Amino acid sequence: LHKLEHLSLCISSRVRQHFSFPSIFIYGHTSSGKTYVMQTLLSTLQLPHVFVNCMECFTSRLLLEEILTQLQSCSPETEQTSQVPCDTFNDFVRLFKQAVATQELRDQTLYIVLDRAEQLREMEANILPAFLRLQELTDRNVTVVLLSEIVWELFRPNTGCFEPFTLYFPDYSIGHLQKILSQNHPPEYSADFYSAYINILLGVFYMVCRDLKELQHLAALNFSKYCEPVARGEANERDSRKLWKNIEPHLKKAMQTVYLREISSSQWEHLQHDDGEPGQLKGLSAHTHVELPYYSKFLLIAAYLASYNPVRTDKRFFLKHHGKIRKTNFMKKHEKTSNHLLGPKPFPLDRLLAILYSIVDNRVAPTANIFSQITSLVTLQLLSTVGHNDQLDGPRYKCTVSLDFIRAVAR
Amino acid sequence: MSKRKVKESGGANGECISQVQKVLRERFCHHYATGKLFGIEHQYRHLLDLLKRTTVHGESNSALIIGSRGSGKTALLNHVLKELKEMKQVRENLLEVRLNGLLQTNDKVALKEITRQLNLENVVGDKVFGSFAENLAFLLEALRKGNRTSSCPVLFILDEFDLFVHHKNQTLLYNLFDISQSAQTPVTVIGLTCRQDILELLEKRVKSRFSHRQIYLMNSFDFKQYIRIFKEQLALPAEFPDESFAQKWNNNVQHLSEDKTVQDVLQNLFHYTKDLRSLHLLLMLAVSNVTVHHPLITASDLHEASKQYRVDSRANIVHEFQKFVQRKAHCMYNFEKPVVMKAFEHLIQLELVRPIERPNIRAQREYLLMKLLLDNTQIMDALQAYPNCPVDVKQWAASSLSWL
Repeated sequence: LHKLEHLSLCISSRVRQHFSFPSIFIYGHTSSGKTYVMQTLLSTLQLPHVFVNCMECFTSRLLLEEILTQLQSCSPETEQTSQVPCDTFNDFVRLFKQAVATQELRDQTLYIVLDRAEQLREMEANILPAFLRLQELTDRNVTVVLLSEIVWELFRPNTGCFEPFTLYFPDYSIGHLQKILSQNHPPEYSADFYSAYINILLGVFYMVCRDLKELQHLAALNFSKYCEPVARGEANERDSRKLWKNIEPHLKKAMQTVYLREISSSQWEHLQHDDGEPGQLKGLSAHTHVELPYYSKFLLIAAYLASYNPVRTDKRFFLKHHGKIRKTNFMKKHEKTSNHLLGPKPFPLDRLLAILYSIVDNRVAPTANIFSQITSLVTLQLLSTVGHNDQLDGPRYKCTVSLDFIRAVAR
Repeated sequence: MSKRKVKESGGANGECISQVQKVLRERFCHHYATGKLFGIEHQYRHLLDLLKRTTVHGESNSALIIGSRGSGKTALLNHVLKELKEMKQVRENLLEVRLNGLLQTNDKVALKEITRQLNLENVVGDKVFGSFAENLAFLLEALRKGNRTSSCPVLFILDEFDLFVHHKNQTLLYNLFDISQSAQTPVTVIGLTCRQDILELLEKRVKSRFSHRQIYLMNSFDFKQYIRIFKEQLALPAEFPDESFAQKWNNNVQHLSEDKTVQDVLQNLFHYTKDLRSLHLLLMLAVSNVTVHHPLITASDLHEASKQYRVDSRANIVHEFQKFVQRKAHCMYNFEKPVVMKAFEHLIQLELVRPIERPNIRAQREYLLMKLLLDNTQIMDALQAYPNCPVDVKQWAASSLSWL
């Protein structure tokens, strides 16, 4: 933590009156501390700054107005902040020069920090290069700091721009993560106890996930379960083996939903209390089970088969008296790519109906009912149409559900 | 006695260091305004001559200054203007209008900006003009002096000229060049651009009104001159208040320029890019290490600064790649499909993997064909440097990437 602050200190001017490099680009992974370090640095050194998140101000107008509004609160003379209308970057430069005209701001370097700077690329093409050159365009003492996850090469405009100073924030190492997570221990338990818990947690999750925010979430969720034996009086704080045996199955369960945050923390705790043994983890994904009428189920299964089986194998699977299929050279070459990896293939309506007739036991009459069910499957987006609406050969479809879903339906 | 002496020199040093930082930072960060010029005397004289002719003799001219990013176009122009303004006649008469392609993205905005910079907003008032040309002619008419025989020379400076070319019909450029061809008011149009093919972008009618005078700025110095530039950039000026310290500093700079490691560092940078901006960046990093305890720059400072500057960004980011390659059976944990999907989405967000075509609603997300934006060597490098990498991931990568 301290090394990162030290690094930033080297770059930003420790002495306020001096000039700083016109633009700085800081990049690093999610939760590697970029925003946090920037904010603490600016507030502890009390440098005049403006902090804007480009995800919130996603158009140029919002962004520029936000910067100007925050500038008003920077200078101590104005009492209230009013909305300043600002349409183009030209106006922004003019208003910016006026706003920075106060005595205080003239001597010091003003910092404009733009978080999630990759959104700047989506705005008008002149916004990003203009911000990088803001010191030159306004002729004032200002530095623009861009924070982002994406590397600088993907930002550079085609004809080039003023290159900023790029700084990389590396991930936290496991030692650092340990220290940071151990700082949040709840007051009832001792720090050692909590750091032992963090140790276990990191040992399980570190290989998979190094994201600080995720780990904090997991730590908060599972801690109450970890403390249970101690709370119940079965073990004291130092009995590590018992605690480990208790927590292990729960961490295994948690591993399955490591990134998802499908259920909120309160629901998770509720689940923990209810069932003693590990049951099925019902998250949002379980809600996709849909009840279908009888023929629709068969239609869907037929569609899946039509999508994923090649046409050659139809004869073999569905007719009573089939012959042998000779493997041609073509098949041998292409056997490796499984159809399941490439995705569903489109099939014509006739083939669907043919397969349907062969898998349904009793006779199916091609009534309008069947056809309307096909259309309703398309509306439900379980099937999708391929090609134009008015094709001459008849409509073609594609099945858009996965094998698990089909299995659930087929039960 | 000796302690007091040390404290005195220590105190002087603190103030001194702060001064040093101030001077050098101003030089490196504001180099567009005050930088010294290297190796472009010929172009300097050409431009000076051109502008003199406009301001003193009343000729109309147009020119384009073409050079890659960081080759000193704006600095050159500023220098020439500074020298010109030393002449009293120029100082009183010359009107300057500075337009920038990044700010004036539209001809209307550009016209308003011209009006504003010429301080003619009161004169224009609420008049409605039929066309751009009328407006511009009105503005220039308003600049005529009392005796109506001559008017002030106007200098139009268009920065990022290649962006003006993309406006609709190129009306601004057409009108400016048109006025510079007609003999009424002495107008000079100077465009600065980084594109070498700028003439191809001009429309035929605009190109014909342009005088085809091009001033090229190419960083044409060799390595010896580069080292000399390095020395000059780091040297403290003669007016520095603390003379003994300035002397020590300049001697140190001389030493550094003869040091082998420093020459290696400079050689690397020189091969990578010749422009002075990156040199300034490097020196800025080195200078920021200067404190009271460390008053002189050493070779190791420069070495560290160069390492920091040239960090391969992609290789660092690829560390994250490891987390997301758990799909194969080699790994110990079996992850549910949604988790892997989310991790994959994160990779997309980091733009290491990009879909070949835009995803449409019909196709499913899972079956979208993707393209990996990384090189195999980058992946291998990142794997080597990744701390605590699981062994099976390394083996898998080595086996599947090794035959390439």
